[in-house]
Amino acid sequence: MNIVLKGGKILDRKGERSLDVSIGPDGKIIDTGKKLEGDREVDCSGCVITSGLVDLHVHLREPGNEEAETIETGARSGAMGGFTALVAMPNTEPATDCLAVVEQIRTLGRKSSCEIIPSAAMTVGREGKEMVQMGELVDSGIGIFTDDGTGVQDPQLMRHLMEYSTGLESRLGRPVVLAQHCEVHELAEGGYMHEGEWSSLLGIPGQPAEAEELMVMRDIALSKMTGARIHFQHLSTSGSVQMVREAKALGLPVTAEATTHHFTLTDSACSCYDPVFKVHPPLRTESDLKAIKEGLADGTIDAIATDHAPHSQHSKEMPFDQAPPGMLGLETALSLSLEYSGLDLPAVLGMLSWQPAKIAGVDDRHGMTVEKGNPANLCVIDLDETWTVSGKQMSSRSSNTPYEGWNLRGRVRHTLNNGLLVVFDGESTK
Amino acid sequence: MSLGVATTPNLTKHLLGIEGTTREQLETILELTDRFAEIGKRPIPKVPALRGRTVASVFFEDSTRTRLSFESAARRLSADTLTFSAGSSSLSKGESLRDTVEVISSYGADVLIVRHGMAGTPQRVSEWTDASVVNAGDGCHEHPTQALLDCYTLKQQRGALDGMSIGIVGDIRHSRVARSNVLAFSSLGAKVTLIAPQTLMPSSIENWPVEVSNVLDDVISDLDACYLLRMQSERHSKGLIPSLREYAKDFGLNERRCEMLAKDALILHPGPTNQGVELTAEVSMDARSIILDQVTNGVSLRMAVLFMLLGQHETIQQDEV
Repeated sequence: MNIVLKGGKILDRKGERSLDVSIGPDGKIIDTGKKLEGDREVDCSGCVITSGLVDLHVHLREPGNEEAETIETGARSGAMGGFTALVAMPNTEPATDCLAVVEQIRTLGRKSSCEIIPSAAMTVGREGKEMVQMGELVDSGIGIFTDDGTGVQDPQLMRHLMEYSTGLESRLGRPVVLAQHCEVHELAEGGYMHEGEWSSLLGIPGQPAEAEELMVMRDIALSKMTGARIHFQHLSTSGSVQMVREAKALGLPVTAEATTHHFTLTDSACSCYDPVFKVHPPLRTESDLKAIKEGLADGTIDAIATDHAPHSQHSKEMPFDQAPPGMLGLETALSLSLEYSGLDLPAVLGMLSWQPAKIAGVDDRHGMTVEKGNPANLCVIDLDETWTVSGKQMSSRSSNTPYEGWNLRGRVRHTLNNGLLVVFDGESTK
Repeated sequence: MSLGVATTPNLTKHLLGIEGTTREQLETILELTDRFAEIGKRPIPKVPALRGRTVASVFFEDSTRTRLSFESAARRLSADTLTFSAGSSSLSKGESLRDTVEVISSYGADVLIVRHGMAGTPQRVSEWTDASVVNAGDGCHEHPTQALLDCYTLKQQRGALDGMSIGIVGDIRHSRVARSNVLAFSSLGAKVTLIAPQTLMPSSIENWPVEVSNVLDDVISDLDACYLLRMQSERHSKGLIPSLREYAKDFGLNERRCEMLAKDALILHPGPTNQGVELTAEVSMDARSIILDQVTNGVSLRMAVLFMLLGQHETIQQDEV
């Protein structure tokens, strides 16, 4: 059966053109052109047809915390948000630090609405002590290693991980990406929000921006020393953005992501004491938020990620210190980026689709141009639709969105994963 | 007086902090306290004002003084009391805070007196119960009844706080007493100076209505009142000060510093004191110390708070009868 996306406007890396897209049963784009016909015609009038979004930073919670999310529900949530590929973080239980867990995630992922790309921990059990079996994991196709949730604290071990990873480049066929959650534990410990004016007022112990910046600084230095390919996760401070900007100017092989919440919310949100606003790294100040947007605008930051972190309502109905950090992101990322990132539409799509696809090493099937022969990993966006965020109505198993009640503009109408309409007319079909 | 934090309105249904209260509200409470102080002097210090009402103390953190003070206040008003302490609860068994609050509320409490080790918990509790909530100390945030009783005690001595120069000395960073007192003292017209080593100052207080000093000796002679905070050694992580000895030497109130203190200045402390740290044994006997008055006034003040929060319900009930 052929599907034809009719009446929309294609917008990809190559620019925009008003053409229909026909997709074959093999999941590939057969052709683009005027007035194409097919077995199933999908109305895309008034919409933008673009490559599916790619999220470098998602917590799918499976295995281990299926009460909060499963690969199935997380992928459905992703598809609803226009994503076709999700990089799964390894802070599962057990940690994704060996082939067995990687294979479990891949198997579950194959049945889901998105392509699930497992990342693996850098260290065994994410404990920051011993390297994982990096070569074996690379041979199975793992291209991103991270201890996300924590950074590798020991600079000697980090140096060795970087050196070792450079030697695996030829086996992977591209540089192995070490993605760091930058947070110096000793400086951040006991802090539950950004340390500053608001934490001082609220009496919530804070963690300073420097807890992140010191590790960004260290890893830039070590990347310079080893030549390793470093990706900085969820940059949140103006100092971090500036250091990455300078590292890029030096030609170092570094990339960076920023989350939607770090350019839409500030630490003042914590004044209601609701841990739905508790996240690591924490929501920062207005001037940090501005610096993130500058980093997005000048290309210091390469990708917008969600750090989608589902948590059960039960676990968030706790005192601020005891509630786990993290917030949902997949279903709000696109709308928030369109409205708040300061970027125009092509730049937003670059940040959410083809740039992260390249970092994740999936640019042979995601974030591609909408052209004949390419896999149909696509999303169709109605830029004018307005909607109201409701945690309860999300496809995620959890509802911990910090944007409850926000009115947003721009919504995903259809998502195609390998030619399958996994979201049709704003509803999940899977 | 406000530091800019938007919280739910205080002193209508709840007392969650001094933040968000007006000077008029504070003065009303202090005047009401006078009336309840009189009751405390009667041979039988008990009135039926809150008969049939239930006051639950919900303490997730150890406290003897504050809990006893509230429970005494409740009993003098003839209220029934319930006590919940974290040790005997199921919170440690994986129950959420909300579950716990809903269970306690279901026993029919009209007021929950909440103490918790984390800032903001009483505010969260107030969102999950129909009962009134009084913050009896939340982490490093606020301890409003302590501040009110301190204001009352100062007012008792001086008639008013307007124009007074009050120094708060010690672990400001981790002190809920300091936060509430900065707000209450300045709301009532006093000038506040925070005095501490820099490691015990909150990180960003540029916009607070306070002066700041790292050297007690520089400012002590200008103070009308010297408020010593308890050194909460269990609170701060290691390494904030070189030793208690050095702290006592630089920030403790000893005989030498008492000489520098104005003849009519007042010495306050929220208790319990660490003798030899915040003040020496001699200083605690100094005629200028009003530390015991603070304790005594605590019960009257808390009677006033409970009465104020339940007053409205009381009227309704009388109408029904």
